[in-house]
This record gives sequence, C-alpha cells and structure tokens, in this order.
Amino acid sequence: MKRRQFASVVVVGAGPAGLAAAIRASESGRQVTVLDDNPSAGGQIWRGEKDRRSGNDASAWFQKFRTCPAEMITGARLIHGDPERRILSVETRQEFFEIGYDKLILATGAREFFLPFPGWTLPNVMGVGGLQALVKSGLPVDGKRIVVAGTGPLLLAAAAYFRKHGAIVPVIAEQAEWRSVAGFGIRLSKNLGKLFQARSLRLALRSSRYTFSTWVEAAHGKDRLENAQVRTGAKVWREPCDYLAVGYGLKPNIELPVLMGCRTQSGVVAVDEFQQTSQEHIYCAGECTGIGGVDKSLIEGEITGLAAAGLKDSARRLFAKRRKTRQFANVLDRAFALRPELRQLPLDGTIVCRCEDVRWGRLRPMNSWRSAKLESRCGMGPCQGRVCGQILEFLLGWHPESVRPPVFPARLESLTQDSEMKESLRT
Amino acid sequence: MGNLSLTSLSFDIVVLGGGIVGTACAREFAEAGLRTALIESAEIGGGATAAGMGHIAVMDDSEAQFALTRYSQLLWKEAAERFPPDVEFSPSGALWVAADETEMREVFRKQHYYIQRGVPVEVLDARSLAEAEPNLRPGLEGALLVKEDAVVYPPCAARFFITEAQQHGATLILGKRAVGTRGNTVQLDDGSYIAYGNLVIANGIVAQSLTSSVQLEPRKGHLVITDRYPGFVSHQIIELGYLKSAHSIQSDSVAFNVQPRPSGQILIGSSRQYGLDDSAVDMKIVSAMLRRAFEYMPGLRRLSAIRSWTGFRAATPDKLPLIGPSPEAENIYLATGHEGLGITTSLGTAKLLADMILGRRSAIAKDPYLPSRSYALHA
Repeated sequence: MKRRQFASVVVVGAGPAGLAAAIRASESGRQVTVLDDNPSAGGQIWRGEKDRRSGNDASAWFQKFRTCPAEMITGARLIHGDPERRILSVETRQEFFEIGYDKLILATGAREFFLPFPGWTLPNVMGVGGLQALVKSGLPVDGKRIVVAGTGPLLLAAAAYFRKHGAIVPVIAEQAEWRSVAGFGIRLSKNLGKLFQARSLRLALRSSRYTFSTWVEAAHGKDRLENAQVRTGAKVWREPCDYLAVGYGLKPNIELPVLMGCRTQSGVVAVDEFQQTSQEHIYCAGECTGIGGVDKSLIEGEITGLAAAGLKDSARRLFAKRRKTRQFANVLDRAFALRPELRQLPLDGTIVCRCEDVRWGRLRPMNSWRSAKLESRCGMGPCQGRVCGQILEFLLGWHPESVRPPVFPARLESLTQDSEMKESLRT
Repeated sequence: MGNLSLTSLSFDIVVLGGGIVGTACAREFAEAGLRTALIESAEIGGGATAAGMGHIAVMDDSEAQFALTRYSQLLWKEAAERFPPDVEFSPSGALWVAADETEMREVFRKQHYYIQRGVPVEVLDARSLAEAEPNLRPGLEGALLVKEDAVVYPPCAARFFITEAQQHGATLILGKRAVGTRGNTVQLDDGSYIAYGNLVIANGIVAQSLTSSVQLEPRKGHLVITDRYPGFVSHQIIELGYLKSAHSIQSDSVAFNVQPRPSGQILIGSSRQYGLDDSAVDMKIVSAMLRRAFEYMPGLRRLSAIRSWTGFRAATPDKLPLIGPSPEAENIYLATGHEGLGITTSLGTAKLLADMILGRRSAIAKDPYLPSRSYALHA
C-alpha cells in the first residue's frame, strides 16, 4: 500500500515554472521527480496544451520535458511535509506515499481571486479561469452569452478564448481605469510586447465591448443566472447572459511553502537571488513568489532548476532576463490595483464563506479572523479559508492564520506514517 | 474604553481569562449581582476552549471527579434551554467501548457505579453496539451507554456565557493581558490598573505566570476533523483504554475517541503529551492517533480530513481542578487545572466559586478541589 521514494530534486507543480525547473535540473544530471495534482502537466495556464502541436511556447517546453529524464507523477496531491526529515507526504486517488528529497522546488502557482457580490453563488457565475478550464475540458459555449468581468490581462485572454469557441461576449468589464491600463500597455509594448499581445487580442475581440472603470455589482436570476448588473460610473444596466465569468486577478498558492516553514513577505514566498527560500533546501519559482505571468515563471523555473543542481554560474547568467519579467509583474500590480468601491459590493445577506455558508452581515461586526472562525466557522470548511481568507483580507484587512496539515483535504489514512512511534504510543 | 478610564475602575470581582471557565464564572457572579469584569487578552473562547472536543462527560476516576462532572452535567442540561443554536448543544450520549472481556468487566463496574448514583446508563452487548454504531469494527465486546453525556461547541458556549454576564452588567475588557497583581489591583500590559475585591484566575495554563502557588503542567493534545459525513457516527465513542491514556502521567499516549458534530463532521482524538510547549501539529502523534481510531472504526480510513490542530490542557498532579482561594492571598481565587474536563466542569466550577465568595452553601463538597489541598498522588 505504502511506498517510499526518493529523488535528488522533487518539483511540486507542473506548470511553466515547475516544468522549466525540472528540465534544467534534469539536464544538469539530477534525478528529478515532478508531482502535480492535475491529470496532466501544464498547470493552469497551459492546461490541455500538452498534446497540442502548435508552434507556441508551451509545446516547445512540453517537447523538452518529454525528452528529459525527469519522472512525472500526475494526480498526486501534496498534503504535508517535514522539512527537517526532507520528506513529503503525497496522496493519489488510490494510494499515499512519502517521497524524500535533497532539494525541493515548490512551483505551486496561483489561484483566482474572487470578490463576493450579491448573486455570486448562483449557478453559472464562476471564475474566469474556472470557466476557461471547463471549456477546455469540453463544456460547449457555442452561441452562449458570457459576460467577462474583473481585472487584469487574463480577462482579455479568456474572452478571446470564449469567442474562439463560439461564445458571444457582450462586455468585458475591467474595473481599472483606462488611464492606468493605458500606461501599462505603453510600457508593455516597450518591454514585453510579445507577451501581452494586446493588439492581437483586441482584434480578436472586435465585437466585444472592453470597458474600463466598470464592474459587476450583482448577478440576478431565479434558480440560474439571467443577467449581470453592470456599473460604470453612475450608469447601471443589466446585461443578459448565460455565464458570468469574474476574476479579480490571481493570488499565489503559498500554503505548502508556509507549511514547510518558508518565510513569506507581503503574501508571497520570500526568495534570494537563486530563488532559495528561508529554508535551506527549498526553492520557490513562479507565481508563488509574486504574480507575473508565464515569462517570469519560466525564467524563475530555469534559475531554480540550475541552482538546485548546484550550477550557480549558469543560473546567474539568467538574472538579467528575470529582472525584466519582474518589472512586468510590478507594472501589472499597479495598473490593475483594485478600486475601493469593490469593498462595498457585498450586502449583509451575501455569502462570503461558501463552505460554511457564512454571510457578510455576520462577519462585518467581528474584529478578527480568529473570532470569525471561532464564532461563525468562517474558513473552517474543506477549502480551509482559501477563498474567504483572501476575500476578508481585502474587505477587512484580516490576515489568515498559520497553515496546518493537511494542506488539502486528504483521506485520513494518508495522514498516517510509518513510524516507530506506533508501538511506544500504544496504550 | 481608554486607559485613563481603566485606571480608575474597580470591581467586586475581576476574572482573568475568557475561556469557558472564566466566562462561566463571570456569568455566575454577574447574575448574583456582583460588579464583575472579565479580562481576556485575545478572543473569547479562543484558547484551550476552542481546541477541545466539547464533550460534556460524567467521569468516575474518583468520587470527587464524579461529583463535579455530574453536578456540572446537570447544570449544562438546565442551561441548555436558553442556548442559541450556534452552541450546538446535542445530548447524543456517550459510548464507552469494551474491546475484550476484561474491558467488559469494567463496563459492568461502571454501570453499577453510575446506577448507584442515579446516572442513567445502559449496557450494550456486541449486537446492540453494532446496531447503535454500525461503523465500529465487528468483534467488540460491548459498551456502556451514558445517556446524558452531551456535545457542545465550546467557543459559542463561552460567547453565550459572556453575553449573559454582560446582560447582568458585567464589563468585558478585551485585548489586554494581566501582567501582575499588587495590593488588590491587577496590572495590565498597557500599564493600567484595575482594582478588585476578589480576583479569579481562570486563564488555564497561563495561571502559573500570575501565582507561584499553582502547580500546572501543559498536556498537549491533537485533534483531527473530517468533512461532513452525517450519520457515520451517532454518539461520542471512547475506548475504555482511554482511561489508561488519560491516567498516564509521564509518557505520550493516544486513545480512540470520536465525536459526531451536528454539522455531520467527525472529530477524532485523542492524544496526551507532557513537557512540550510547541503548538505545532506533530504528524507522528496524528499518525498514531489515527491508527488507533482505524482499529476501532476501519471505515474512517477513506474519509476526508480537512484540518488538524493542537491544544494544551492544564493538568494538576492529582487530576482534579483547582477551585478556591489561592494559598497566597485570601481574595485571589483560582479556577484552573481542569485538564481535559474544563468544558464539562466549567459550570460546576463557577457555582462552587460563587458559593465560596458569597458564603452560600454548595451543592457538592468543595474540599477536594481547594488549591490548599495536599495532593494524593495516584499515578
């Protein structure tokens, strides 16, 4: 039932950062194992692109990964780890096992950031990335009306994707002001035009309205979504739709790094120039060190893979390239900063914690995350505050508490370990 | 409330600690008409109160333990009529499970003991145990059903007690920590002082930092909670071996102890460790605890766990709480050292203390819990 494994370098997460890290470490002669809880490699951004033969970045990296000797274990979820013993506990659908490492690379990526508004729990209201993932795995949207709202360049990419699959996107509601995003566009075309490809996206979205300073205030419908209430300045209208895809950007998945004892700063994992965390044998790459997109993830992944393999000089040669991608991340942050009006969206009856059905009216008068947890069970459900924790950080400035195992819900048996303690503890 | 106003405050009673014991005491004093204040440095019900299971249990380790737990249990039953739903009081009963004939003899001994003392119990044979809890493994000998044992959600019970205290005029001082006492005043960490007629130290293991007369040991425990599986477990279920675990003074121990929450979630315990002050979850202990649980309930293996955590019980050498005047000063009272029974015995503790301070007659003898007692060690 239980197997134990070891790899010189273990990489957690097979998105762009994890793949790049695995490739570089493996090319450097290290024995590498990559773990990812999805059914295939690619992460969120390259989901479903593994077998596509397009000439894009993704297929080139997948090709390199296929030909390198790194071992890939999909459907493998990290549930806890012990940085002292350098062991991770892993659960798959069928079994659980422990894997030891010399160096650990955490490339745990990011998740969508949601904000609660009246009606956000209606069926067919979902995350931009969530809906995109459903379409990628076969949900037909041909002829469906999809309102896309929130903030950031991902809105455009997602809208273009929905259009490509036959959907009608009547409006793309970007909460940021035109002025700040325009500045973003200019700087991008100077530095990283290739990445954002704003112009080509705009062409793909010709018949969609991309409006700034605009956000969805509410979703209406009896049992299912009927329309989205959109506001821009003083103007409010209801946009009929079949789906409402909302995303307020991304938040790094730092739970596993935190559980492993890595220090964080401003909500991201703190790393040195070689992407090493405050834990000597643990490195971090990609979105978990700061949201910055594919290019930042790839270059950080490469540096991490080389550094973990001990090739510091080779890693150092990539620093300049990384600097540019990080500048992009900073610009992104400033251009799409969330407007304070979004804090006014939830009404007292609006659910904030979806696992435990805790409403805004219950939480608003409380004075800490801890009180809210104790008294209302907010954040105590299966998602362990992953959704409501970041919402309440934005709405009330509360900071989530420490992370305790399991990082994700896990079968009870997966929390057991082979241990000499077993005998001595028997009563 | 600013610091200036606090410096001039004085109360008949100042309670330190907003856990289940402190809030129950504040409520008792305020209801008796005393001018009461409660000082809590963090959240109401956020310490050991939040870390425990919330089992309202009658126990028979000793006559004194029985008297206090039974008295308290009846007080809970009475108080429950006014509980809001979030206190989740649920009189589901407890099953003490016997794995073999030796343990079954213990079931009959307990049955006899409880019946003599008017506690409603029933012995289940192997078959009726399997019917009552189909997810227990086959082959167990039987169990003792203690019918009036109940389950609560302790943080909300503490919140309810402090709210009732406030309705009777009590003052709640949150976010300040008591750092010392001097001449009938308590000094807070912001430099302010509060004068008291009587001081009640009810802050669990922290009590040691305020009075040298307290001999407490932190006893670390782990718990795991599952996702929602309504009906998987119907009673609090404890192995009889639990007593051996609870009694062990030196070594780490684990025992099978599960509890159904009204949400359908299952709480799984329990562990006891001495000599630790690190609150980190120790997966070795969790592992041993779960393996023990699987031996009794194999079906637990595939259920989904969503969280694990730890807490510290404040343990005395004779496993009875400290309730009464401290040996140092006659107007400083202790209400601590409840080990794993603080939720249950909070209400009895509050009554006994109020009886002492107000010179009322107590329903049970108070001598066994007086801090001035000499410890009869029975390990």
